[in-house]
Amino acid sequence: MKFPRQQLLAAVLLLSLLIPVLHAQITYDRLLRASDEPQNWLTYSGSYSSQRYSLLKQVTPANVKNLEQKWIFQAESLEKFETTPLVVDGIMYLTQAPSDVVALDAKTGRVFWIYRYLVSTDARTCCGSVNHGLAILGDTLYLATLDAHLVALDAKGGRPLWNVKVANAASGYAMTLAPLVVKDKVIIGVAGGEFGIRGFVAAHDARTGKEVWRTYTVPGPGEPGHESWQGNSWEHGGGPVWLTGSYDPNLNLTYWGTGNPGPDWNPAQRLGDNLYSDSVLALDADTGKLKWYFQFTPNDPYDYDAVQIPVLVDANWKGEARKLMLWANRNGFFYVLDRATGQFLAGYPFIKLNWASGLDAKGRPIPTPQPEGAPTFPGLQGGTNWYSPSYSPRTGLFYVSAWEDYASVFIREAQTFEEGRRFVGGRPSSPIPGAQNVPGATRRPPINVWTEAAGHGAVIAIDPHTGEKKWKFQMTDTTDSGILTTASDLLFTGGREGYFQALDARTGALLWKSTLGGPVVAGPMTYQVDGKQFIAIAAGHSMFAFALRE
Amino acid sequence: MRSHFFFIAAFIVATAMSATGAQERAPSYSQAEVEVGFNLYNTNCITCHGANGDTVSGVSLRSGQFRRFSTDAELNRLIQTGIPGTAMPPGRFGTADLAGLVAYVRSMRDFDTRPARGDAGRGRALVEGKGGCLGCHRINGTGSRLAPDLSDIGAVRSPDAIERSMVDSTSTMIPINRSIRAVTRSGKVITGRRINEDTYTVQIIDADERLVSLTKSDLREYSVLKTSTMPSFRGKLTPAELDDVVTYLRTLKGAR
Repeated sequence: MKFPRQQLLAAVLLLSLLIPVLHAQITYDRLLRASDEPQNWLTYSGSYSSQRYSLLKQVTPANVKNLEQKWIFQAESLEKFETTPLVVDGIMYLTQAPSDVVALDAKTGRVFWIYRYLVSTDARTCCGSVNHGLAILGDTLYLATLDAHLVALDAKGGRPLWNVKVANAASGYAMTLAPLVVKDKVIIGVAGGEFGIRGFVAAHDARTGKEVWRTYTVPGPGEPGHESWQGNSWEHGGGPVWLTGSYDPNLNLTYWGTGNPGPDWNPAQRLGDNLYSDSVLALDADTGKLKWYFQFTPNDPYDYDAVQIPVLVDANWKGEARKLMLWANRNGFFYVLDRATGQFLAGYPFIKLNWASGLDAKGRPIPTPQPEGAPTFPGLQGGTNWYSPSYSPRTGLFYVSAWEDYASVFIREAQTFEEGRRFVGGRPSSPIPGAQNVPGATRRPPINVWTEAAGHGAVIAIDPHTGEKKWKFQMTDTTDSGILTTASDLLFTGGREGYFQALDARTGALLWKSTLGGPVVAGPMTYQVDGKQFIAIAAGHSMFAFALRE
Repeated sequence: MRSHFFFIAAFIVATAMSATGAQERAPSYSQAEVEVGFNLYNTNCITCHGANGDTVSGVSLRSGQFRRFSTDAELNRLIQTGIPGTAMPPGRFGTADLAGLVAYVRSMRDFDTRPARGDAGRGRALVEGKGGCLGCHRINGTGSRLAPDLSDIGAVRSPDAIERSMVDSTSTMIPINRSIRAVTRSGKVITGRRINEDTYTVQIIDADERLVSLTKSDLREYSVLKTSTMPSFRGKLTPAELDDVVTYLRTLKGAR
């Protein structure tokens, strides 16, 4: 066989173009177009728009029953396993608690290297020594540690390149989120809402680790919004940022959800709206300057963190093309915002709630505080929480892991701030005997003592245009699982029962399930190696990878 | 809250400690220490461990029996270091606070909310005789498994809760213990006490004391009885007899 010279030249040229693309470093340009290379999973939520939606469609509603487990990686930790891995050209990068990084073969699960980070004994956590994952730029991985350091690692060798202190762990600052890389910056936020911290989002130079900008979520004296805090209460006002934000490259805005004001349950100690707690902040990616904010729960007495993934969708809204942000909040309302301006477009309750009677024209809740000792719906863990939702551009539906018929009784107490100590101003309890354990703080034992009496989990498919629940997949126990949707109209999710399920994204019908032997407290993701689509999910203390039977 | 606490603490020091003289070491915690620990526990520990110290799987602080430590110094150290690889974080406390936490955790086992009002011997006779309790419950290897085993009820339930169970058990029953009724596709009726349940399956102990796991998709009917099947003993036992039974049940701390 003989090729004409020109064709051969063209083929060589094409190859020389292809090879570097396949094995090149992760440039910012690739991050911008992450959805276009669905064989990889390049950010915590799969893309800057955080839809947790993949174009892969080898696994379909018709063949999903042929999924089988391809490998398991058992973490060297008994903590909750909350990581979403990255996959880059066949290599999976994941974190194991408290702040370790593992690189493994995404096809076989065999390990290349483990970076063991020694967490300072100063570290304090409210809810487990967990980590959610990593960011990547070039050949460098970025890890946010439990003791509030930011570490850069060589992705090939697992060696640290630099390690900078972001905040003081002994004062209650911690980091559990996967960082977000935008351009040449690594953007992170801090946890510590139960320790009276002053929350912030910060961008560090990806090359040196040097802080480039820092924007506090609680405005200081002289800054707009400062008047929303009584007296000096702003100093320990909380507003943590413990989950990865999203990014709109055209608007050059990053979006971050903020957590509860401190102390959590005693709003009498911090009269006012307590800006910018329980809000979404739109920050200029280059400067950190606040472009707009929207507060979901002013003067929050329930710990309704607005720490959810901002899901960015471009869609027609009432006849007009708009840049939307979809948000199912811990407070039980589902919101549609204009992400260019922060304008409130619509809001609907997606679960039973009684803390508010509704939202006014600007999206501000109309509070209906319950009598002392009476149950408040939703309870402490909220109508949803940090569990990644998903949006499918094919179905036009927003999918959220919800807790239904779930309440807490909130007990308020005055508390004096002491640095490094819990600063919560009371405590929640369950009105149900035996269900008093605040879930989420420890790994859930395998016996479901909550039952139908204390509430249950569900996947709810919401039509953003009407708030209508198109379908619901109800579980018996609750769920802390994230959701993945794919271009074949499949939806993957887990739950506390330890099942991993595939549903029809259009109808909610159960198509496949596998029991993983431990609760799913993480979001599923998908990738492809050597032409085979994998779906990965952390459960119990292990990472599981599924693909179609040969 | 506070005055209630002083009453509790005073009671512990005055009576409860002497009642547990069988323990290997005589506790010698001051009322002030226990109070410090009680307050710290309620702000730092209760989120995970619960008010009764029994909401972390496999850990019952009330039981007085611990896998991870035996001496007070070890407990003191454990609170400071946490338990790596678990959700138990290191706790930063001053010396006095640590002593208080140790004192409170050590006292939880006997942290009863009122002095004994009855006679344990008479109570035992009632439980085993006229009360008919062992027809459904089991205590230290004797009795039925239909209802929950009571061998450690005094370590995990306060006297008030025990008494409430006896007069209105629906109000205190843990929902997982609800009775279920299932009908298989072939028409077989299965009843029992629920032990565990998920979306697709339910585990029970049936009327013949067999452990049974049912797949819901195999069932024609499945229902959960939301009220307790335990009869109320109000009017069946005199108030003095109720006190006797509570006093006896409080002595049941479980064998491990």
